[in-house]
Amino acid sequence: MKIFVCIKQVPGVSEVKIDPETNTLVREGIPSIINPMDKNGIELALELKEKYGAETIGISMGPPQAEEALREALAMGLDETYLLTDRAFAGADTLATSHTLSLAIKKLLENYGERDNYLVICGTQAIDGDTAQVGPEVAEELGIPQITYVQKFEIRDDKVIVERAFRGEEVVIIETKLPVLVSVLRDLNEPRYPTLDGIVDSYEKEVKYLNHEDIEAVKKNIGLVGSQTEVWRIFVPKRKGEHIILEGSIEERVSELCQKLKEDKLI
Amino acid sequence: MEFSLTKRQKMIRKITREFSEEYIAPVAEESDQTSQLDPKVFEIMKKMKYFGTCIPKEYGGAGLQDDTISFCIVTEEIGRIDASWSITTGVHCSVCAYPIYIYGTDDQKDRFLVDLATGEKLGAFALTEANAGSDAGGVQLTAVKDGDEYILNGSKIFATNGGIAETLLVVTTTGQKGRRKELTIFIVDTNTPGYSVGVREDKLGVRASNTSELVFQDVRVPEENILGKVGQGFRLGMQILDYGRILMAAQCVGLGQACLEASIKYANERVQFGQKIGRFQGIQWKIADMATAVESSRLLTYKAAYKCDIGEDYGHAGAMAKLVASESAMQAAHDAVQIHGGYGLMKAYDVERYFRDAKMAEIYEGTSEIQRYVIANHLLRKGF
Repeated sequence: MKIFVCIKQVPGVSEVKIDPETNTLVREGIPSIINPMDKNGIELALELKEKYGAETIGISMGPPQAEEALREALAMGLDETYLLTDRAFAGADTLATSHTLSLAIKKLLENYGERDNYLVICGTQAIDGDTAQVGPEVAEELGIPQITYVQKFEIRDDKVIVERAFRGEEVVIIETKLPVLVSVLRDLNEPRYPTLDGIVDSYEKEVKYLNHEDIEAVKKNIGLVGSQTEVWRIFVPKRKGEHIILEGSIEERVSELCQKLKEDKLI
Repeated sequence: MEFSLTKRQKMIRKITREFSEEYIAPVAEESDQTSQLDPKVFEIMKKMKYFGTCIPKEYGGAGLQDDTISFCIVTEEIGRIDASWSITTGVHCSVCAYPIYIYGTDDQKDRFLVDLATGEKLGAFALTEANAGSDAGGVQLTAVKDGDEYILNGSKIFATNGGIAETLLVVTTTGQKGRRKELTIFIVDTNTPGYSVGVREDKLGVRASNTSELVFQDVRVPEENILGKVGQGFRLGMQILDYGRILMAAQCVGLGQACLEASIKYANERVQFGQKIGRFQGIQWKIADMATAVESSRLLTYKAAYKCDIGEDYGHAGAMAKLVASESAMQAAHDAVQIHGGYGLMKAYDVERYFRDAKMAEIYEGTSEIQRYVIANHLLRKGF
């Protein structure tokens, strides 16, 4: 079985700092991270590999610095990683991105001589764009079934059994076969940290680069040219309302907080 | 001259920082108050190879034996969150596992190193006694040859990891060489009959780290367990401590960094006299001095590690690093508490713990005075 994990490098927005003098975002030194749900995807791939045996392959489209994210994925334990990097890929929306990723998966399957015995894992959504579109679009491009919002995943004999979160509290259990694409949620598992020896190993492996010619992409379908949507404006939402800092002992602060939450009918 | 870290070193920092913040930080205060290391953290650190950082992969370690800068980064990042943990892993790796890797026989490596590198067993280095510490030559614990065994009698005090260690490097005296004692180091399995743990010390700082008295009553150790040769104990002991000092310096860099970060955060939040206290020059100067001292310590520490990695003599460089880093951490902790005012005295604030942990660092693994002695001794003998 081949397991492809789609990985996106995103800014670690949880660590965004605001300059107290200018009240603007401090962009300097903000580390890039692997999109958190993609880490759940990597963890699932590694668990399946440990349980059933598989070859695990990470794929990312991005600038050369995205190599760092793939290196971390190797350190976590993926067997191989490919970085799709090319000026022709730049400015892609979700459609062009999915097209590019699926061409790479097709090409790799061809190289491996593999037809159907594969699984594609995506994080449900990325914390920067938040579209949740790439997974489903990759499945469409590959012409394989897709199951989104996956919170539990099992293989029994040749069947894939998946729990899909549905309308908040409901769960749908779906049975299918490979090949399939799943997009996973953070509840699925707890991603492992790379071990120190895993990090050492990852630098003895290669993050392989692929350009548009390697995956036989036609320029009109990729990058900005192949994109159907255009970003009109990006802005940081304005903070609504005032904040209050409570002072005093922990007990005093907690009771004051509870009082205020009650007043505002939040509890 | 190249000051930037390699990509691999940067990743080691990033991952160790994320791990320490996620797993060690939430339990650091509790560990300090209960004087216990968290067993869950222990398990994850074993898996992540923090007990085998400087040991080759073939012995179950992380494979960073030639990258002491990475070992420093690991120790610094753990020390930034909790010095009790960084001293536990730092001592285990640097003055127990690593010496067995460097000076041990193949048989000793097979018997002891894998369990140490994987964290299955914890290691300690036992030198200090009631009448020997700074004066290492004053060791009174005797090892007397009996057939192909040695019988150890005496006791050690203040052994870091001592009470929970299962593999010890014990500095003993095996006789007299002219006016000096002949010292020999033994690898001792703590399951050997006659060995027992005495008092566990209740300390000012690094409280979760185990510091214990070790008692040897007719402990029979096979001669295959001698590290190096009979009589090499003083020289090997000094070399082992030279290496360990670099890591203790790294731990102090992390501790100083923690003081700096806490101070910056507080100075940007706390309002007095209608403005954030960070706008007062009195606070600014403290923060500027703290940052300068921490950065100086970091550079000296990495320099000592670098000298070690390229095979240069690093003894006095390590002593300089340990001296500057521990005294800088103490000053940083002093100022961090001062900046926090009354809150800085409270256990609810981390700086209170940093202050106690920093004072320890000026004393353990060679006091500041001994570091100055090592540095001066080197300069007066060999020149600069």
